[in-house]
Amino acid sequence: MTQKIVALQATKRYPSKAGMVTALEGFDLTVAEGEFVCLVGPSGCGKSTFLRILAGLEDLTVGEARIVPGDDPRRPLNNVVFQEYAVFPWKTVLDNVAFGLQMRGVGKAERYAVAERWLTKVGLKRFADYYPSQISGGMKQRVSIARALANDPEVLLMDEPLGALDAQTRAVLQEELLRIWEETHKTVLYVTHSIEEAVLLGDRVVLMTAHPGTKKSEFVVDLPRPRDLATTSTPEFAALTGAIWEDLRDEVRRAMEAQA
Amino acid sequence: MSAGAAATGRTGARGPGAWLTPLVGLVVLLAVASLLGLWRSWWWAILGAGFVLVVLAAEGASRRLPFRFQTPFERALAWLFPLLVLAAWEWLSTSGVLNPRWFPPPSRIVGALWDLTVNYDRFSGTSLIGRPWLIPARLTEQGWPGVVALFNESHVWATLSRVIVGFVLGAVPALLVGMVMGLNRTVRTMLDSTMSAIYVLPKIAIFPILMLVFPDPFGEGPKVTVVAISAFFLVALSTMAGVQGIDKVLLQAGSNFGANRWQMLRHVILPGALPIVFNGLRLALGTALIVIVAVEFVRAKTGVGYLVYYHWQVLGTPKMYAALLVVMVLGVGLTALLQLVERLVMPWRR
Repeated sequence: MTQKIVALQATKRYPSKAGMVTALEGFDLTVAEGEFVCLVGPSGCGKSTFLRILAGLEDLTVGEARIVPGDDPRRPLNNVVFQEYAVFPWKTVLDNVAFGLQMRGVGKAERYAVAERWLTKVGLKRFADYYPSQISGGMKQRVSIARALANDPEVLLMDEPLGALDAQTRAVLQEELLRIWEETHKTVLYVTHSIEEAVLLGDRVVLMTAHPGTKKSEFVVDLPRPRDLATTSTPEFAALTGAIWEDLRDEVRRAMEAQA
Repeated sequence: MSAGAAATGRTGARGPGAWLTPLVGLVVLLAVASLLGLWRSWWWAILGAGFVLVVLAAEGASRRLPFRFQTPFERALAWLFPLLVLAAWEWLSTSGVLNPRWFPPPSRIVGALWDLTVNYDRFSGTSLIGRPWLIPARLTEQGWPGVVALFNESHVWATLSRVIVGFVLGAVPALLVGMVMGLNRTVRTMLDSTMSAIYVLPKIAIFPILMLVFPDPFGEGPKVTVVAISAFFLVALSTMAGVQGIDKVLLQAGSNFGANRWQMLRHVILPGALPIVFNGLRLALGTALIVIVAVEFVRAKTGVGYLVYYHWQVLGTPKMYAALLVVMVLGVGLTALLQLVERLVMPWRR
């Protein structure tokens, strides 16, 4: 299998009023092409920082973290689905989804055709001409996901994309993500604080510890695909989430104490 | 007196008394006040009590109306109350309670406005709106110079052109400077304190300096410039705030999806700053109008500000009020125009 994400001893430090803070310490990770990997950990464990470094939004202090380019040099390396949606309020749903293509100079007809195809896949074709202020949070996040997928990046980076949604919308979007991933088999790095979400979506779950953020352990999710919400009520699912929680509980306690 | 009427008003909340009682109370109040000659020293109390009674009557009527009439009723109320105030003013002024010399009745103000509109003032060589009905005749007799002369005699056009030209001359560079200040930390640190200091200075205070600087101190140069300067600082500082206020995650999304510097400006920064930029433009437009009227008070032979001041000097109060009315219309019109532009430029903000 080709490696798509390679991180070796990735370390991120930044200055603050209390001195140097280490957000990420000696973090190793490799993600193969077509693999769906979830990063899970307590808040402050540097999982979002790592994702943002991969996305090129932050610099690495020491070590290496990169996305391996594919054969087509025009294909973008990564695109991010942000927790805060980050859809442009001044662009219509269609223009938002076509944004990446527009930035790359793809002509109007072609980029709209691609955008419409993705809008259909996330069930928003009807809302193509709406502005983000006219649609719900769940729909905005669908737009954000469609925007990233329409740009066809080598790697999809998702930073707690469902974190701001209510439980029902979240469940619906989890199923949609599963369905879309079955179709595309994209390489995905998915940051979440929900163990259930990580096990439901991922091929592999990487646990992180806080202060400093580093890798604690790794779980292979061997639940059969295609999965859906019914998967969450199987005993295998319960066993796996239980095992992960067992491993993570002390970390969360420690992180809470460190924050207090 | 008013307390008694209010108490009876409360008793019949459901019957026709809900609105009838306060109205009867109002009539009684006005009749008694007029008969006893209380107006001169107690006008404020009578007006206050009268207002309370009108509110009670309106509320009583609204409570008795079916639901589907609520919105039309409220809309009517919004229009009828100002009309009531005008009617009260008219009556108070003609009956001599208000001195008509300082507060001429609205009917006379409207008459004065008509006068100003249709008549040409031979003494100053001006008219209010430039007699547009003469345009066809002038065009055949004197050609375009004749039409230009009509524009030049118009007070409204004089003020309007100063405001618009000054506003554009101030706002356009302000947008550029504000944008640079918002984007570049060094420029911002260098300019911010200076700009904020000049921002608080009333721009009308630098008018004498401008009269020194321009070769023709009484010409249009200093007038347009003072408007431009007063618009500049408001627009520049609000553009800076608009650019800085853009949600960081939108900037990150822009660069993550491969926008270069120019695309970033065009697709993310400019539209993201627009709402606050328009706040600044709206404030700047209001300020421009204030400044130009003040300038026309002191140094102008045309313009609505001049008109107000001129009729103060000759004690023509109805025309003074008429000119104020024109200033109001100009303010409302220019603001509406800006709102139209706003809606065209920012369709996502309904």
